[in-house]
Amino acid sequence: MQDKQINGYRPKIAAFCCNWCSYAGADLAGGNRLSYPCDVKIIRVPCSCRVDPIFVLRAFRRGADGVIICGCHPGDCHYTSGNYHTRRRMSLLFSFLDYLGIERERMRVEWVSASEGAKFAAVMNDFVSEISKLGENRRLEDVRCKEQTETRLSEER
Amino acid sequence: MFVCHCGTNIAGTVDVEAVADAMKSESGVVYSATYQYMCSQSGQDIIKKAIRDYELGGIVVCSCSPRMHEATFRKAASSVGMNPYMVEIANIREQCSWVHKNREDATSKAITLARAAVAKLKLNFPLTPGESGVTKRALVIGGGIAGIQTALDIADAGYKVDIVEKSPTIGGKMAQLDKTFPTLDCAACILTPKMVDAAQNENIRIFSYSEVESVSGYVGNFTVTVKKKARYVKEDVCTGCGLCTEKCPRKKIPSEFNLGMDNRSAVYIPFAQAVPKVAVIDSEHCMMLKENKCGVCSKVCTAGAIDYTQKDEYIEEKYGAIVVATGYEPISLERFGEYARGMSPDVITSLEFERLTSAAGPTHGKLVRPSDKMKPNTVVFVQCVGSRCEPSLGKGKEYCSKICCMYTAKHAMLTKEKYPDAEVYVFYIDVRTPGKNFDEFYRRAAEEYGVKYIKGMVGKITPDGERLNVSASDLICRKKLEIKADLVVLAAAIEPSPTARALATKLASSMDTNGFFTEAHPKLRPVESPTAGVFLSGACQGPRDIPETVAQAGAAAAKVIGLLSKERLTANPCVAVCDEEMCSGCSVCGNVCPYGAITYVEKEFRVPGGRTKARRVASVNEAVCQGCGCCAVACMSGAMELKGFMSSQIMAEVDAICRTSR
Repeated sequence: MQDKQINGYRPKIAAFCCNWCSYAGADLAGGNRLSYPCDVKIIRVPCSCRVDPIFVLRAFRRGADGVIICGCHPGDCHYTSGNYHTRRRMSLLFSFLDYLGIERERMRVEWVSASEGAKFAAVMNDFVSEISKLGENRRLEDVRCKEQTETRLSEER
Repeated sequence: MFVCHCGTNIAGTVDVEAVADAMKSESGVVYSATYQYMCSQSGQDIIKKAIRDYELGGIVVCSCSPRMHEATFRKAASSVGMNPYMVEIANIREQCSWVHKNREDATSKAITLARAAVAKLKLNFPLTPGESGVTKRALVIGGGIAGIQTALDIADAGYKVDIVEKSPTIGGKMAQLDKTFPTLDCAACILTPKMVDAAQNENIRIFSYSEVESVSGYVGNFTVTVKKKARYVKEDVCTGCGLCTEKCPRKKIPSEFNLGMDNRSAVYIPFAQAVPKVAVIDSEHCMMLKENKCGVCSKVCTAGAIDYTQKDEYIEEKYGAIVVATGYEPISLERFGEYARGMSPDVITSLEFERLTSAAGPTHGKLVRPSDKMKPNTVVFVQCVGSRCEPSLGKGKEYCSKICCMYTAKHAMLTKEKYPDAEVYVFYIDVRTPGKNFDEFYRRAAEEYGVKYIKGMVGKITPDGERLNVSASDLICRKKLEIKADLVVLAAAIEPSPTARALATKLASSMDTNGFFTEAHPKLRPVESPTAGVFLSGACQGPRDIPETVAQAGAAAAKVIGLLSKERLTANPCVAVCDEEMCSGCSVCGNVCPYGAITYVEKEFRVPGGRTKARRVASVNEAVCQGCGCCAVACMSGAMELKGFMSSQIMAEVDAICRTSR
């Protein structure tokens, strides 16, 4: 968090949270007022196994600096086995990130249960500070996307 | 677009007006407003009016977590004719205003979240939930006071209930207790009639000595396999006369019911009031089953109930609702060597004390030292053994076990009642007595009965000849104490039953870090688990005493009755759907589906040249699909989609989140 304040850099972070454990864990972190940087934006999915590796790559292409996927602890999946699929898929995706030249630290898979509000906040604090150290993700910068984004932003202004 | 202030909960940190203003210029948004409490009646009226006035196709509510009020807003929308699945929630309370302090940052995050919700909503389409029937039968897992009460209440409403109990009799922990606080009425006198009621109720079936083997299905339509362990006694033939238990030559087996303080035979009835009152043969100790020698019990049994060839039996049954009532166990005190547990028989746990004072116990209610059966002159009670432990200690539990303060006061009082001249000490961290007539009870123990309450922990107990040396500190007088005790009673912390973890996995029901079952909402839905159709009763959810357990059992029963009284249930419409044009029938989706909801069918498709060709495609059973979305990711041809969480929708959210300037 401190790094970010020093150089004024704010990372963009997408967090995929499963509805039953991690999203509830995030809600609990809120209920207990445990703060984490506002750069984390949560996307709710029914299960971590709904997260297609393509979503992660899409986020990186659109300029996300970090992507984190949170699910129930192995063995505790609401859908019995969804998070095992997540674990396998994402371990393959890590290798693919290496191939693309994206630091594998930019992606993380964490298990956060519905009762672990404190863990959720701690994980997010840690992840944001790590991404802040890594800085902007320019590897997959798509010029067309960037142009689109900028025109859209200027329209909004 | 409706932005909620939630009093100051959101408006305190997020500039809600700025969010509403920013969203006005978002493409597709035609109306944007804020209100103090969107979930209130007048807030909902604003939403309904706007839907009618502007003929809205969908709405986004920026408010608290969808886990809280999604259902509320969906209901409001559908009351004015909008499809409830055209409602999206941007969670700007739990995941924004409550966790961020900087107003500017929180406002910009709220705008981003609102944009993501709009982006998703644009790709929503109306969904219609399917319907499924309800099996009018409930399953209660656990036959303690929680399970018995739940079953009785459900049966009273006219529904069939099955109780599955792992031990040979129902009754649970309460059957082992002597007297109950704060009224000091005897546990057996209030419990055993209930046990008999349960056994005689024609709506209740009791599967004793049984365990839940597997669970499948979903709310309203569970299929459960119950394993009925072989008891080697025909349950419907045995009269419970007890002759076999008298004649059995193997008699030196520690009794589970009396916590090893006396012995039982290899064929036994757990206790005199057991329900069902049927003998059971312990296969580990029976010589006939182990070595094929003996057979005395079958010779003496006049009813001919003994059957050495009995096998475990598996019973499959359908249920509409499942209640978990697995209760608690005192923790093992193995790692608390400082209390000399195991070194001296005169260091006992509170549950053992209950058996010692119980008229049906090993000493017939005579409170004596287990070592020499003599009257104890000095009794020391140690509270919080394993409760409220520092995590750094690496043993015990962090939580308060809740019931120990009260039962220790009861034990101290009972000791004084039996031996008014005995010295009774209670060591405590805090005395916690919230409950009706609880504090009065504790004060009576301390003031009227002269029990010496000392704030401080016992550091070490060492056996010293026939007595026990108790070294402790008195935190109020700031001095060290050495007490020569005859009997030490440890109030061991309580933890969830060790069988609960495996059961939670079978039920896909979540547990907290301590292994207690989690409730759907800690305040508003305390007896429902997050898994639809699974309810919680008693100490499986957290430490609680008998009155609370009974109250919760009734509450769980009311929820079950509410569910079973419905003829049809609406199912979750967010299920997988297959685009048959794109499906190649490769079977990948069927292999990853945890519910077996995907089958493959041969279908005729039109091909060039005006002909048709049969092709294998996936077909989703919407009643079985739970909507995890695993198949949608596994599908290589992109044919599988999850309604409500389509790839395009999630990617639109990703785009919206990444769109904001750094």
